Amino acid sequence: MKSFEYLRPETLDEALAALSDPDAASLGGGTNLLDLMKLGVAGPERIVDLARLPGLDRIETLPDGMTRVGALVRNSDLAADPGFAAAFPMVAEALLSGASAQLRNAATVGGNLMQATRCAYFQDPFAACNRRAAGSGCDALGGANRGHAVLGWSPACIAVHPSDFCVPLAALGAEAEIAGPSGTRLVPLAEFHLLPGEEPHRATALEPGEIVLALRLPAAAAGFAGNARYLKLRERTSYAFAVVSAAAALRIEDGTVAAARLALGGVAARPWRCSEAEEALAGKPATAESFAAAASIALSNAAPSGANGYKIVLAERLLARTMAAAAAGTPAEMPALPGSLMDDTGEAAHA
Amino acid sequence: MTLSITLTVNGTPHHLALDDMRVTLLDLLRDRLGLTGTKKGCDRGQCGACTVLVDGRRLNACLSLAVQQDGADIVTIEGLAPEGSLHPVQEAFLEHDAFQCGYCTPGQIMSAAGLIAEGADGTDMERIREGMSGNICRCGAYRGIAEAVAEAARKARTEADA
Repeated sequence: MKSFEYLRPETLDEALAALSDPDAASLGGGTNLLDLMKLGVAGPERIVDLARLPGLDRIETLPDGMTRVGALVRNSDLAADPGFAAAFPMVAEALLSGASAQLRNAATVGGNLMQATRCAYFQDPFAACNRRAAGSGCDALGGANRGHAVLGWSPACIAVHPSDFCVPLAALGAEAEIAGPSGTRLVPLAEFHLLPGEEPHRATALEPGEIVLALRLPAAAAGFAGNARYLKLRERTSYAFAVVSAAAALRIEDGTVAAARLALGGVAARPWRCSEAEEALAGKPATAESFAAAASIALSNAAPSGANGYKIVLAERLLARTMAAAAAGTPAEMPALPGSLMDDTGEAAHA
Repeated sequence: MTLSITLTVNGTPHHLALDDMRVTLLDLLRDRLGLTGTKKGCDRGQCGACTVLVDGRRLNACLSLAVQQDGADIVTIEGLAPEGSLHPVQEAFLEHDAFQCGYCTPGQIMSAAGLIAEGADGTDMERIREGMSGNICRCGAYRGIAEAVAEAARKARTEADA
């Protein structure tokens, strides 16, 4: 690991001043950055530890009804917050389906948004990777790429974003609150992570010197709490990244889908909100046929980036199945195996 | 650069001067304080062998810089129970033969202590297995481990109710 200078600012102004150095990196829990530094993938000259910034460890309701979650709230604390979990159950389920208890105790909300892809070529300093080293090429193309993207990829990069948490957030229209030298701004979470295009080394909408301050969830998002699920297919039942995952939240009135919020994980460089499928599902009966039709729309532009065509079918089926699970009702208690198909509740989930 | 930090480890305060910011909590515990019960397995947060309690919560000591924990209260396997006695989780591991080679055991025990303290998982075997999934056992002693954790959780609950 390269040596670095360590700063622990006590105020936001101090933090932003410290981050004006282009070779500085901000530190949340450290579960991703420290790993990347050990691998030689990240080598900041200066680490700015945000842990002591005031007021960012809170979950609060703003006067306009928005829920604001500070960037330093731990993943485990957010999932265990009774008010938050009741209002946004699929977000809590996604959080608990990710990583391990130890990692969730360390990982922060801001850090989860900022985490890098787990693409093996990105994590190998000796491999060609346009995301890590601009212009060096992409060894994942033509490499071991069965886990890679089927939506929104480019020949420059086929990596996927690994977050579970961000998938339901994108579906629910959450926004990231960003602070920087020129003030504060809001970015929709579904656009926070950039698609690779020709510049995959730019992973997020953050400009140099900016940090994520908080996450905001619109008041209307809690209106889906009764019918919301996050399901995740992975190569073992716990402690694994998604092969594909899906978040589905429905408002059902008299057997008809009044509104839907849908997103996919593990398929693209960003959590993939399925807006066209949401629109197509609105007004349709809450049936397996409607769910299958909407899921088919969601994957209509998908294309394999390598040996991963199976993910298109898998994602389409999982999305339909997640809608059916959501229609059957949010479980009264968090499933013992969050996000797992091994722990389905109710027959309708198999529709 | 040099920074001074304070860590309370197993009840004892330590004032430590760090002349290299790269030292992880794990390396500091093992190399500087001689507490080698906390194991270095993968050093990437994937195996759980380095699990310790930080301010009462289980963490992977390998994925934290020591300097990040300035002011924290840390409990390692050496300090889980008073000298000469065993913690209920340790007793249950013995009773259920919850190990083979033993390398992952300190991390398993600290993780189980953290899980029981979290309280949410009760004694449901499925929830215990899920709650312990951050601790890998390459000998495959999972059955005994899960049974030991369940028994220690039952005892903790009985004592809390008494």
